[in-house]
Amino acid sequence: MNQTMLILLGGVAVLLAIASVIGFVLSRRTTSDGAGATIDNLNARIRAWWLMVAMFAIAFVTGKLVTIALFALTSFYCLREFISITPTRAEDHRSLAAAFYLFIPLQYWLVATGWTTLFTILIPVWAFLLLPVLAVVRGETEDFLPRTARIQWALMLTVFCVSHAPALLNLKIPGFERQGFLLLFFLIAVVQLSDVLQYVFGKLLGQRKIAPRVSPSKTWEGLIGGALTSTLIGSALWWITPFSPLQAAAMAFAICWPVSSAAWYSPPSSVRWAPRTGAR
Amino acid sequence: MIAEIIATLLLGVTRFLVGGHARWQGCSPDPGQRIYFANHSSHLDTILLWAALPRPLRRTTHPVAAKDYWGKTAFHRFIAVRVLNAVLLDREGGRDALDPLKETLEQGHSLILFPEGTRQSERMPGPFKGGLFALARAFPTVELVPVYLTNLARAYPKGAILPAPISCIVTFGAPITAGDDERKPQFLARAHKAVCSLAGGERS
Repeated sequence: MNQTMLILLGGVAVLLAIASVIGFVLSRRTTSDGAGATIDNLNARIRAWWLMVAMFAIAFVTGKLVTIALFALTSFYCLREFISITPTRAEDHRSLAAAFYLFIPLQYWLVATGWTTLFTILIPVWAFLLLPVLAVVRGETEDFLPRTARIQWALMLTVFCVSHAPALLNLKIPGFERQGFLLLFFLIAVVQLSDVLQYVFGKLLGQRKIAPRVSPSKTWEGLIGGALTSTLIGSALWWITPFSPLQAAAMAFAICWPVSSAAWYSPPSSVRWAPRTGAR
Repeated sequence: MIAEIIATLLLGVTRFLVGGHARWQGCSPDPGQRIYFANHSSHLDTILLWAALPRPLRRTTHPVAAKDYWGKTAFHRFIAVRVLNAVLLDREGGRDALDPLKETLEQGHSLILFPEGTRQSERMPGPFKGGLFALARAFPTVELVPVYLTNLARAYPKGAILPAPISCIVTFGAPITAGDDERKPQFLARAHKAVCSLAGGERS
């Protein structure tokens, strides 16, 4: 771990510490129920960020393999939650088992070994062709195309896309050797800040809802405010990337958009992520 | 000791693969004497429902397991009886088959029962067998708690070697009792409906 990363993680820790203090003070000062719920939600978010930052910090310090394992685990949980709210059937079991037990380990093994050519086509080509075969062999042809497409799409989003984050560690950029962790930090920081800032701007200025049927809390003010500020912050982080400030801004701007659409479509039954009550 | 370690491992792996978030909708996890009855679609059902109970309740709650499967080898029997705290039920046992269950209830302990008697692959449970009614009549003070397990039919269907990781939810409903003049078919239909109503808006 180099000095730049230490400074960055220190900066994040300071930011979060300030956020925690503000959250604590606010929770002491509110009296109304509505505000209380908002602040409880804010404090729960701050605690989740602490946990996430701690996990990434540990992964970054311990090195590439642990980081890859962390992202593999992330893929596992994302795919599990994705499939939970996707109507698959008992007959899809074999395709699902292949997705979990074959394609997740294989994809991340390819990241670990740096076999980039196969890494890029494993899921869009090989899984794409193998999954329908598994579905057919089981002998159930009803709803064949939608069933196959659901699992293919789930794999693309939760494994193929997510695995590109640790794959940044494999990039060989002239003049920027062995700095992959900084790129990964840049990516995660912009993604998270974009999410946070959209939330903040939405809460402070939000008036016009974008798509109330999908997500009642997302507003144009939140989206634009969040995207613009995280682009600015991304640009200000140009010194940890191989880019110029303008290039870094463009990169951050490009990163924001998929984040917003993913954040909108969080499952309605997010009870699964709530803390366990009762049983433990 | 070994049984405890295996139980912890088994619960850990099960939670990692299929979650098993407990939702206490119609009652709370109280230590009172109960019979939990649930829909049955996979071998994980027993572990998952048992894991959804708080630890102190687990010590006095016994899943009911089929003797012809779980009593097959010494290993099966060890997992069922020592690790999962199960009571073995002889499905071919005729009139006395319920005796081990009654003994457990007489000790003041609770049971986990799958009244369909066998695993099936549909989202909604099949018809219930009469054992639940007989126990309800013999032990009128025991609370009968309906439980619905989501997603397990597709996470671990019959014949699969490994479970596919899909988050499952364990929903506990409001307790029911057998009415004094209620007949067996009516009671079983009502118990069946109590489980089905918990499936609610959950997609299968």
